[in-house]
Amino acid sequence: MIANIGQYSLIFALLMAIYQAVIPMFCSFKAQHAGMASARYLASGQFVFLCIAFACLMYAFLTNDFSIKYVASTSNRSLPLIYKISGVWGAHEGSLLLWALILSLWTVAVCLFSRDLPQVYIARVISVMGFISIGFLVFLLLLSNPFETLPFIPDDGRSLNPLLQDPGLAIHPPMLYMGYVGFSVAFAFAIAALIAGKVDRLWVSWVRPWTNAAWSFLTVGIALGSWWAYYELGWGGWWFWDPVENASLLPWLVGIALMHSLVVTEKRDAFKAWTVLLAIFSFSLSLLGTFLVRSGVLTSVHAFATDPARGLYILVFLLIVVGSSLLLYAWRSPSLKSTAGFSLLSRETGLLLNNVFLLTITACVLLGTLYPLILDALNAGKISVGPPYFNTVIVPLALGMFLIMSVGLAVRWKNDSFSRLFSSLKLLILLALISGLVLPALWLTPFNLYSSIGLSLASLIALVAITTAYKYKTKPLASVWGGSIAHIGMAITIAGISITGVYSSEKDIKLNFGDSYVMNDYSFKFIGVSQQQRANYRADIGLLEVSKDGHLITLMKPEKRLYDSKSESMTEAAIDAGFFRDLFVALGEPLSANSWSLRIYHKPFIRWIWLGALLMALGAALAVTGKRYSNRVTHEK
Amino acid sequence: MNTKRKKRLLAIVLLVAGVSIAAYLALQSFNENLMYFYSPSDIKAGKAPTNHLFRVGGLVENNSLIRQEDSLMLKFRVTDQAEAISVQYTGILPDLFREGQGIIARGKLNKNGLFIAEEVLAKHDENYMPPEVADSLKMHNKAQ
Repeated sequence: MIANIGQYSLIFALLMAIYQAVIPMFCSFKAQHAGMASARYLASGQFVFLCIAFACLMYAFLTNDFSIKYVASTSNRSLPLIYKISGVWGAHEGSLLLWALILSLWTVAVCLFSRDLPQVYIARVISVMGFISIGFLVFLLLLSNPFETLPFIPDDGRSLNPLLQDPGLAIHPPMLYMGYVGFSVAFAFAIAALIAGKVDRLWVSWVRPWTNAAWSFLTVGIALGSWWAYYELGWGGWWFWDPVENASLLPWLVGIALMHSLVVTEKRDAFKAWTVLLAIFSFSLSLLGTFLVRSGVLTSVHAFATDPARGLYILVFLLIVVGSSLLLYAWRSPSLKSTAGFSLLSRETGLLLNNVFLLTITACVLLGTLYPLILDALNAGKISVGPPYFNTVIVPLALGMFLIMSVGLAVRWKNDSFSRLFSSLKLLILLALISGLVLPALWLTPFNLYSSIGLSLASLIALVAITTAYKYKTKPLASVWGGSIAHIGMAITIAGISITGVYSSEKDIKLNFGDSYVMNDYSFKFIGVSQQQRANYRADIGLLEVSKDGHLITLMKPEKRLYDSKSESMTEAAIDAGFFRDLFVALGEPLSANSWSLRIYHKPFIRWIWLGALLMALGAALAVTGKRYSNRVTHEK
Repeated sequence: MNTKRKKRLLAIVLLVAGVSIAAYLALQSFNENLMYFYSPSDIKAGKAPTNHLFRVGGLVENNSLIRQEDSLMLKFRVTDQAEAISVQYTGILPDLFREGQGIIARGKLNKNGLFIAEEVLAKHDENYMPPEVADSLKMHNKAQ
């Protein structure tokens, strides 16, 4: 019953999407206002039906309706309530439904917040988003139907993968999807601009808030994923260059390039065609990310789909979207001429270099992620590219980009002189060198060049960003302050990476009950392991006393869980989090009656990585609220 | 050529030079860090390199896991149902490692044909088989 309602809602949503894609676009060329005006209603209609479908699936999860195959395979009666809710998007079919719902949500948001835009424009934007929606709804209905029923009703379902039973991960996919799908707005605006053959400041003022918002969500999503991998996978790292992580990093990087290129187009009327191309790339990479994760081509914790038809469908869809938009670009972009010139030392050059660095990094990550897949598809051997590749290539490129980033905010538009720049920055450079070289020398040993360079650059980025924001203290502009906050966030993340990447201590060790292990002044005393039965799992709980200088700091209780519904065990690390350091203990295996293998980490400054990411997201979100562009531009007219 | 043009040319030359150096370094490092996948049969046939990192995968042979008394060193055998190879690893095995399961190990082959693993991966789902392992098992089943 509930499955039927959900199923029909999806079909109605698809019908709405088809009308939404075709009618407004067609009428926009015929100047038929009623047809164009229908775009908003059709988009709202589609949203309502997708909400009904989503609510049906949610209801099925909450009422343990195991007649639905998807519910039976991802939920069971003993699952706690919050994971029944997050289970809705915990596997392939449901997460795609969430994708479609979020796309529809963004479309409705565009309808609501773009009332001042020309009708022709908005009709085309909504139509493009309708086309994307068709692709996903057809995929849902034909190849990954979340409402498929079972011929018999099982007593109980299988279980949600215990790894996914975690509050951080419950909100990770929605955030990530808000980001991925959010880039579809910038994409749709880019297509509309190509059709109109015109990119101006007004266009930028429409696109910028959407791009910032999408990027902000994506940043939070990625940070949550990284944080989850840190405490849940029990490896204690924060980034593994896993193909799925890379898939989310690619649109994030191009998103940064796009945001900065938009600034140049807005301020100087330059980089027009380039900005449009970046908007196309950022959404294409979001689709590529979806393809990589959902097609099952990847060996990863994230990959659940294994039906080859699904992979083929998404690949063809991807090719249609990328191919047709690039064709349109090739045809129409010559009309997007940029006229403004600029000298070698100028903000424009800085932002150009920013884009070059970002796209080079993107290309390197893309190469390392896709090459093994292509080789495998051609049957030319099975290879993998390890983290050393990414680290050796990305780190120097990133340092170069940070250098440009640090001084970039202080360089003037159009033309600047080295002497002016140097005299305005010399004090800050001195301060940055002190904090990057002298301070660490006092308490970070041994000296490490990369770490020191990273810290100096992080300090300079933060100092320049602070002084830039300070200049606007009397009339705070959301966009300037947002940008400064995002730069400071990046600086904090860089500082965190520079310190934790070099000065972390890690040890796998065998400990008997009563034994101690000392790491960087912290003494870990292994008291013992006890057993406990909890809601849907049994746990071995270790107990460690951690002391420093003879004083007890904390008790740590790492767990090893055995879930009832599956015969697999799960490590739940104990983490003593701090602003300046994390202590991390994970249980390995019992080696004898009174000894276990343990994994002990000391991670200085690791929180700074995620803290910085949150600040970046906050900065981007703040910039969304900036009204000044559209207002000023309307004034000029 | 006026100064403006010269400057622009210089900028473009610098840009191209920078990008090509970056591309060269990237490809260099890419080549060094490529890891091929070999099945135990491949290794027995001498196809695997001896001083380069690569990955081996297969099922953990039943009753093959031996732990050392006072350290975290352990040995087990990985099989593709045709051939098997010994793997040595020091550290904590992943949660889903158990005999009969599909795993992938990354490391080097030493002179005695023992695979010294730096990392052992088991996937986080009891029904899941790493695709490399699944393919190589399929191949050997067909051959038999």
